[in-house]
Amino acid sequence: MVPTSYFLVLSAVLFGLGVIAFIFKRNILTIFMSIELMLNAVNLAFVSFSRLLGQLQGQVFVFFVIVVAAAEAAVGLAIIILIHRNRGTLDVENVDSLKD
Amino acid sequence: MMTPQIAVFLVLAAVTVAGAVSLILQRHPIHSALSLIVVMVALAGLYLLQGAEFVAAVQIIVYAGAIMVLFVFVIMLLNAGEEERTNVSRLARYVGVPLGIVFLVEVAYWIGRATAHLGSAPPEMVSTRDLSSLLFREYVFPFELTSFLILIALLGALVLARREDSD
Repeated sequence: MVPTSYFLVLSAVLFGLGVIAFIFKRNILTIFMSIELMLNAVNLAFVSFSRLLGQLQGQVFVFFVIVVAAAEAAVGLAIIILIHRNRGTLDVENVDSLKD
Repeated sequence: MMTPQIAVFLVLAAVTVAGAVSLILQRHPIHSALSLIVVMVALAGLYLLQGAEFVAAVQIIVYAGAIMVLFVFVIMLLNAGEEERTNVSRLARYVGVPLGIVFLVEVAYWIGRATAHLGSAPPEMVSTRDLSSLLFREYVFPFELTSFLILIALLGALVLARREDSD
């Protein structure tokens, strides 16, 4: 079988790439996608530990994380549509009214 | 020792990381979305490798199916174009990017070292039947709460995205 640490390293790498994407991307849609990537990385760690410890609670948690991600995607995309309608841009550099 | 499982893991892990890197490097959001779908399908393969069939199926159906279709719909609806290249400061380009990569490698290395003693999981498989009995007995109240959450999110999205002048 594959050692659990392999899965955990992959999970850490994916989470890190999600953080990098979150910081470097300018399009608000892509930033939202990088949040989904980080959630996926966490799910992989959950499944790996669930398998290692022989306990199913980890997989139940993954199920709940996916449900919450679905709800978050619905509301978040609605907010993105609103931002685009009100400001005509998806670039986060131009959405800075809290700055002034 | 290169067992078939480890070979499959390495292939799937390479696909996942390549998809995630491609998500960062692509400039058009639709390309990023397709890269993310590749990541999610490869992750479903990794779940299958660990004997989590239910999670793998949910990953494909809900994540790669429903959520990403929602993303692609919104990208097409808003007619999102390519990201504009803005001139990042020199400091960010020459210090920030290498530091980010070093940090990533460092975290992966230490997590690998700290968890190396865990070994591999016992070979016995958990069945979807056990998972469902756990979900519908012990976790039935949170399960019902999630349906409520989905309903609220649906209403919230509807109210947010509705045009003000239509009523």
